[in-house]
Amino acid sequence: MTALQKLATGLAAGTIRVVDLTHTLDPDFPVIVLPPEFGQCARFRMEEVSAYDHRGPAWKWHNISMSEHTGTHFDAPSHWISGRDVPLGSVDEIPPERFVGSVCVIDCSDQAEADADFLLNPGHIAEWEATHGQIPPGAWVLMRTDWSKRSGAAYLNMHEEGPHSPGPAAEAIRFLVEQRDITGFGTETVGTDAGQGMHLSPPYPAHYILHGAGKYGLQCLANLSELPPTGAILMAAPLKIKNGTGSPLRVLAMVET
Amino acid sequence: MTDALQPPPKKNPQTRTVSPTRPPERRSRATLGLSAAAAEGRFALQVCADCQTVQYPPRDACRSCLSPDLPWRDVSPDGALLAETTVRTSPNLYFRERAPWRTGLVRLDAGPVVICHVHGDCAPRGPVRLWNLLDRAGQAVLLAVPQERMPRMEDDPQLRQMTSDPKHRRVLITDARHPAVPALIKALKAAGAVEIYVGEPETWRPSPGRAALAEMGVDLQPLDVTDTGSVQRLAAEYGGKTDILINTARFLRPGGVLARGDTAFARDEIEVNYLGLMRLAQAFGPAMCARTADGVNSAVAWVNILSADALSNAPDYGCFGASNAAALALSQSLRAEFRGAGLRVMNVLTGPTDDAWYQPLPPPKVGPAALARAIVDGLQRGLEDVCCGDVARDMHERFRRDPKVLECERTMAGDQP
Repeated sequence: MTALQKLATGLAAGTIRVVDLTHTLDPDFPVIVLPPEFGQCARFRMEEVSAYDHRGPAWKWHNISMSEHTGTHFDAPSHWISGRDVPLGSVDEIPPERFVGSVCVIDCSDQAEADADFLLNPGHIAEWEATHGQIPPGAWVLMRTDWSKRSGAAYLNMHEEGPHSPGPAAEAIRFLVEQRDITGFGTETVGTDAGQGMHLSPPYPAHYILHGAGKYGLQCLANLSELPPTGAILMAAPLKIKNGTGSPLRVLAMVET
Repeated sequence: MTDALQPPPKKNPQTRTVSPTRPPERRSRATLGLSAAAAEGRFALQVCADCQTVQYPPRDACRSCLSPDLPWRDVSPDGALLAETTVRTSPNLYFRERAPWRTGLVRLDAGPVVICHVHGDCAPRGPVRLWNLLDRAGQAVLLAVPQERMPRMEDDPQLRQMTSDPKHRRVLITDARHPAVPALIKALKAAGAVEIYVGEPETWRPSPGRAALAEMGVDLQPLDVTDTGSVQRLAAEYGGKTDILINTARFLRPGGVLARGDTAFARDEIEVNYLGLMRLAQAFGPAMCARTADGVNSAVAWVNILSADALSNAPDYGCFGASNAAALALSQSLRAEFRGAGLRVMNVLTGPTDDAWYQPLPPPKVGPAALARAIVDGLQRGLEDVCCGDVARDMHERFRRDPKVLECERTMAGDQP
């Protein structure tokens, strides 16, 4: 049997399960909020065009609108100023093989529950590698915080001094990019950076370092608690938007049961 | 003295809701000048430019010298009630359903004798004042009222037919984030509104004023005017008990066309200020129009708060002004579409409001209490057009005098030094 035949057999037999890591595109799903004088991320909106009625008797359809960075979405290198000159830096240019790969899941859910401002640092990664082995080159690394189980105001967790949510420290991202050559980094929060990431150095280190190095980001992921620390395959293909800096997408993982 | 208007009993679910009927609407073109004055709450009559004779009813040539030059002027509304009678039945459905109806003959101090509606508190042959009011057909009618203010005179059944008084009515305020909302709630409660629903968009964001609003005893409901589904959901549940809708949703950023360089904020302005109004009207309009004859707490009014820039735009807030001009144009269509049911559209034009987005502008600015007062006063008087604050009043006056001169004034670029 070829590898793909084995895969098909496993999927049919249920020994390989497909896990949906995507939030539903919903008008009420939070988006990142910037100071009001800056341009804002468009919320997901849906307008009915017809619904088997006088506007179109046999069909129902909607016009939808949103930002490239609304809902569960992919960040391309061109999203950040550090990645503006990276070759193949927009979603339409990224080679498709980069959208499928092995995935390492670092469970920070206990720390995130104890501290909304928890920062993943290289020490935590070293601990994870001591148990699960070294992160292989080209892997996706996902930071599990169970933040996707929050809803409403608790998701952004916005206070007067800004949002509070966990994310990576600059050193951790630098380690993953420079020492492990990952494909990308993903989170369950509204961005790849911590809620207070603008106060780190460099500001928004995950965005700055990942995209400057041609790496990708995934955010607003869900169901990371259903993934094993290693061994799953991630599929995250953004829409092919000309010069797009990102895209809402359906993120799936294949998991051996 | 007028009997106090009693709160309506809970609606009997086994009786049919009364369909709206209307008083006669047809007027001559000359008479529409009276409706235009009534829309703003003014008492105006034609005064002959040649011989100064005050005219009534409105006409095309002076009753004294036949001059066709008959400009509308604000004149004294005072006079004396010469005769009065009570009509107990009528072939007209609207009046038949509302009989008895008091009418009379008033001699104005300014000269003419007019046939008019008569408030229950007017003493026979006593001094009266004429109020120029819009009836449910949206046309001017004259109502004689006592010259001295009487207790509860707003409860007079004939007067109540012509106003949009919040007393005993239920009000929907569409966006809790407008800075004038707390003052508006206070003013509506003082005016006797029984229930106030306040729409709250994006409940996933912190809302600093939320706790204060909740303490004021209002019913906070999720509502985002940019989300059709959200508007439809609230209308499905509350459309049938919204008697007055006040649209406070506003998206505002400074800047004209070139100051911005993109269309992102302009799109938000259109989404909220223009399409938001349209979504609300499509969702709430039909239910409100069906309930304009539904007793003491019938649906009466739809209130838009618009920037006076809608009349004549300038670049400081040019894109926002354009979205308000679109909303003003839409409100005229809406006015016509609601008119058949007798639901009144009241536009409140305001100058710069005293909040964050107008912070760099010097005074005078419109404070929350002043805006709330203007809205409630307009509802109590049954107005269609309200100017709130000196800036809006001045703009409106200049617009009426000459729109092109106003445009020239507002679009000057300034001389080079």
